[in-house]
Amino acid sequence: MIIKKNHYLFFGFIITALVLSIAIIGFFWTPNNPNAIDSSNRFASPSTKYPLGTDNFGRCILSRVVEGIGATVLVAVFTLIIGFGVGLIIGTLTGYYGGWVDELLMRSGDVVMAFPSILLALVFISITGTGRYNVIIALGVLFIPSFARVVRGEFVRIRELDFVHSAKIMGAGPLRIMLVHILPNAIPVLLRFLAIGFNNAVLAEASMSYLGLGVQPPDSSLGRLLSDSQPFLFTAPWYALSAGVAIVLLILGFSLISEGIVLPRSE
Amino acid sequence: MGKIQIDSLHPNNVLEVKNLNVWYNNSGIFNSNSRLKSKIQVLYDLSFSIAHGEILGLVGESGCGKSTLAKAICGIIRNYKGEILHSGGIPQMIFQDPLGSLNPAKSIGWIVEEPLRLKGELDASSRKRRVDEMLERVGLGSQFAGRKPHELSGGQRQRVSIATSLICHPRLILADEPVSSLDVTIQSQILDLLMELGKEFQLSYLFISHDINVIYQICDRMMVMQKGEIIEEGDVAELFDNPSKEYTKRLLYKE
Repeated sequence: MIIKKNHYLFFGFIITALVLSIAIIGFFWTPNNPNAIDSSNRFASPSTKYPLGTDNFGRCILSRVVEGIGATVLVAVFTLIIGFGVGLIIGTLTGYYGGWVDELLMRSGDVVMAFPSILLALVFISITGTGRYNVIIALGVLFIPSFARVVRGEFVRIRELDFVHSAKIMGAGPLRIMLVHILPNAIPVLLRFLAIGFNNAVLAEASMSYLGLGVQPPDSSLGRLLSDSQPFLFTAPWYALSAGVAIVLLILGFSLISEGIVLPRSE
Repeated sequence: MGKIQIDSLHPNNVLEVKNLNVWYNNSGIFNSNSRLKSKIQVLYDLSFSIAHGEILGLVGESGCGKSTLAKAICGIIRNYKGEILHSGGIPQMIFQDPLGSLNPAKSIGWIVEEPLRLKGELDASSRKRRVDEMLERVGLGSQFAGRKPHELSGGQRQRVSIATSLICHPRLILADEPVSSLDVTIQSQILDLLMELGKEFQLSYLFISHDINVIYQICDRMMVMQKGEIIEEGDVAELFDNPSKEYTKRLLYKE
């Protein structure tokens, strides 16, 4: 089977499960209201009421980090849904059929990928305005070419194998060949790329929000928290640290998972 | 060139190929180089037929168009000029690389069952029964149904290919170097199996090989192909005794 038990996968799943369960709990319950301002308790050190202390408005940092993980994960997930969903369709069709549509779409993808993605996202955001939904759309669209390329590459590789010819001879239609014969063989590579893509999406959301283009105050996201905490790096280091550690754990978990997915050929 | 007249198949034949020409397209918007020919002809005006129960050998060096011919006959290559007529369903193909011709993500049972599933005539339980019978018939046994291609040896995989190609009872099998990647002992086992099944199911074969010994061993008639053309054709024994073309002599007696 594709997924063999190994240490990468084991620790990856543990870390990811931990971070994601914190995010899910955060949707329903946080220790304090993440946006409640306690002006008598600004820059409080960690205590029982505020386990990670408070920020410059006296807001509970733990609650804000928990909420921020959730916000960042949501943006990343929806970015992947757009990027991977559309990329999968484009990659499948262009990879299987080839021809001038393939050339056209892949060269347009090259054009998109030739620009730094943050720059393109900036252009997009300056047209549509800031906010988490616009960031999702901007990042989602930017992710399409790279996903489409990976999917296409797999389809091009597999469509020339004899078992695909043999399926054609038996009379399998194009849709059946694409979905039943080719796609299952592409899954290990796609899963790996999906995990890497999730990390890229998390980082991209963090950078966008850090630059003030993503999630808007007073709402929290991991990038937002990093930029909020920056002025107080020396007076309240736990603020920046907690947001930073959350990002690192999120990414570490998925990196380990992607490393742990063994490609069948390399066994 | 005038309109090709469509004749019906001679009743003794399972396959008739008339004036078959095949080109490969080298097109694409960004790689169309005017100095390179964008259309390369690989098969030139081939005409031949295969009778019921006949085993026709096809020899020639690699790159001469043998596999292209097989692909055109079974319909993978569609843009050809000429006529390909066959009786009794689409000819099935057995490929050289037995691992590449089996879907690595699927089980043996699934692979052998797929042609029946696509045909859609039988229900699931009778399909299963047919698959088990067929696996039994090619010498594997139904316990192989749950295994994956990479768990099998080369010879076993080729048996699976044979089972898959025979399960819908075609009249003609195109065997494209079916034993070239196997050990000599396994080779003869697979050849014996092909011969047995040929008698049992009244199959005709187009047997492609670069191995003259294999052709001599099993074929009734043979064709020699060079650069996309059939340069010589005849009875195996006669051709071996008395080859007329220099190329055939080289091919037959190079060892």
